Amino acid sequence: MSLLEIKNLKAGVEGKQILNGINLVLQPGEVHAIMGPNGSGKSTLAAVLSGRPGYEVLGGEVRFLDKDLLEMEPEERAREGVFLAFQYPVEIPGVNSTYFLKAALNELRKHRGEEPLDAVDFLALVKDKMKVLDLDQSLLSRPVNEGFSGGEKKRNEIFQMAVLEPRLAILDETDSGLDIDALKIVATGVNRLKNSANAQLVITHYQRLLNYIVPDFVHVLYRGRIVKSGGKELALELESRGYDWIAEHAEVQSNLAPA
Amino acid sequence: MQWFKDRDPKAAPHEPSWLKNLRQTGINRFNESGIPEPSHEEWRYTSLAPLREWPCRLTDSMRMITAADLDALLFVAGFDSDRLVFFNGRFLPDLSRQTALSEGLILLPLTEALKRNLPTLEANLGRHADGKDSALISLNTALFTDGALLVIPRGLRLTRPIQLLYLSDATEPGASIQTRNLIVAGANSEAVVIEQYAAFSDCPVFTNTVSELVVEEGAILDHARIQNENASSCHVGFVQARQAARSLFRSHSLSVGARLARHNIHTCLDGEGAESLLNGLYLAQDNQLVDHHTAIDHARPHCNSHEFYHGILTGAGKGVFNGKIFVRPGAQKTNARQTNRNLLLSADATVDTKPQLEIFADDVKCTHGATVGHLDDEPLFYLRSRGIGLETARRMLVHAFANEVIHRVPVPQLVEAWDQFLLSSWNPPPSGNAGLP
Repeated sequence: MSLLEIKNLKAGVEGKQILNGINLVLQPGEVHAIMGPNGSGKSTLAAVLSGRPGYEVLGGEVRFLDKDLLEMEPEERAREGVFLAFQYPVEIPGVNSTYFLKAALNELRKHRGEEPLDAVDFLALVKDKMKVLDLDQSLLSRPVNEGFSGGEKKRNEIFQMAVLEPRLAILDETDSGLDIDALKIVATGVNRLKNSANAQLVITHYQRLLNYIVPDFVHVLYRGRIVKSGGKELALELESRGYDWIAEHAEVQSNLAPA
Repeated sequence: MQWFKDRDPKAAPHEPSWLKNLRQTGINRFNESGIPEPSHEEWRYTSLAPLREWPCRLTDSMRMITAADLDALLFVAGFDSDRLVFFNGRFLPDLSRQTALSEGLILLPLTEALKRNLPTLEANLGRHADGKDSALISLNTALFTDGALLVIPRGLRLTRPIQLLYLSDATEPGASIQTRNLIVAGANSEAVVIEQYAAFSDCPVFTNTVSELVVEEGAILDHARIQNENASSCHVGFVQARQAARSLFRSHSLSVGARLARHNIHTCLDGEGAESLLNGLYLAQDNQLVDHHTAIDHARPHCNSHEFYHGILTGAGKGVFNGKIFVRPGAQKTNARQTNRNLLLSADATVDTKPQLEIFADDVKCTHGATVGHLDDEPLFYLRSRGIGLETARRMLVHAFANEVIHRVPVPQLVEAWDQFLLSSWNPPPSGNAGLP
């Protein structure tokens, strides 16, 4: 059974269609990278998979562990094992980070028929994971993301991922706004979480991140479609030739394709 | 209302003549103006019309209140402190606690204090809350049955809060309760006082209360007022504080009950270097109306005031906020800040918010701001994307909104009780933001 199957997915937002038929299969243990120029549909894909309100599915289907993903509410998807690392994590003043993450973890555990963790066990669980992501213990007592620097916010996303241990992690331009050091820490965190049962969908604009989170497959998104797929070398080729090369390639493709 | 007009205030026993005169003035003033109408600017958004139909006699409840009854009340349990308990406006000595009172501390029901004719009563009662401008203050002065006298001697710092509990019960609708408090915080003293209003029955009761607070030089007084009447009652409360130089007065108003609640919270900064914090949270759902009229009078220079009021309205609930700030001529270097934020959780909830600044000095800093909005979509989605259900996520965000106010109350048991209340007991807000403008 594949982990994620996207079949001819069409979707849009605010009356505009952005995804024009995405086809993608993720098997457990795989890392897939999605690259593409601005406006190609990268954010829309992340939004539709995570269930962000405001996005309309216009056709196609998505199966996650052989269940209909698009039928599920965002919280159901999370409990089933989908995790979105936000491109712009929001600050939530007044909601304590520990309270929030413990509540989230316990929802997951409840869904899986496990006992909830108490405060002591929760703290023991998270302490080491915080160290890996170079996050200070004091952040746990602050409101969610409040006063966090850009790098801290991104590391906090991966920290949450480490605690919630999803089956499918969608990293939405996790590298945006990060310097090389922060990037390395984030990549280390992500790589440590990779195992043979889960999969990662790494959405990125730049190739640089893929030096550290090495993909098994690279797909290029252009105008709402995957126009080219390949191995990790494709990312390097894209970097040297630029997105215009893809544009030309895609034009040729659409001219050849049946109407 | 006829019952009020027919009452003879001079008929009360054990009362000194100065009070009898005050009461007579009160009833005269009330008879002249009657219950305020919406044509009166101060009552524009809050109609007391239903009150006109109420018989407003004393309640006839024969209920015997026990300690277990008190412990079952939402924001009362868990306190180990001195307290005065009043039931339907009458003092209950058996449930009150006046243990180990420190040297000079006076904590007495007014009826007892009046029997002893303590001088502080004549010096202060009716001198701060002025019936000239308010028919309901006059009515209270004329008819209050009992209440608390608390005098904190100079320099004393209380280590535990003092509770004043006002409980009601009625079998016939339309009963009325009028109680009065006088709190005098001596120079450089520190105290926390909690006034709470709660009901045992669902019968509508009209409660009209006045608290006068004198905060002397350098004193710090925290006054928390919790209104948790039943959903059919009418509650009108006045708090009038007068502050001397370098005093700090922190008012906390937490209002969740009553069908109609009107809170008037006034303070006069009457000495240089005095400071006020007016901190408030109001919740209204279904057909509740909760109205806060505050007034901060900067009568002297170099005083600071901060006002933070948060409202959470759901169902067809209605909120009213009117925040007055007066800066008198000569009150230079005044620093006044007022913020009123409102969260509307349904399409039918409404709020009227109005700042009113009258500034007559020129070297001052006065800022005010009001917001009216809904729960933010992005934090809601963020929480759900981590597996937190929609209802729970909404509660967490509503709780976060209220937190800022609640966490300023310096009583951990109260903060904890409010946290619990907002996270579990308070009626859940309706699902989704659908249909909201």
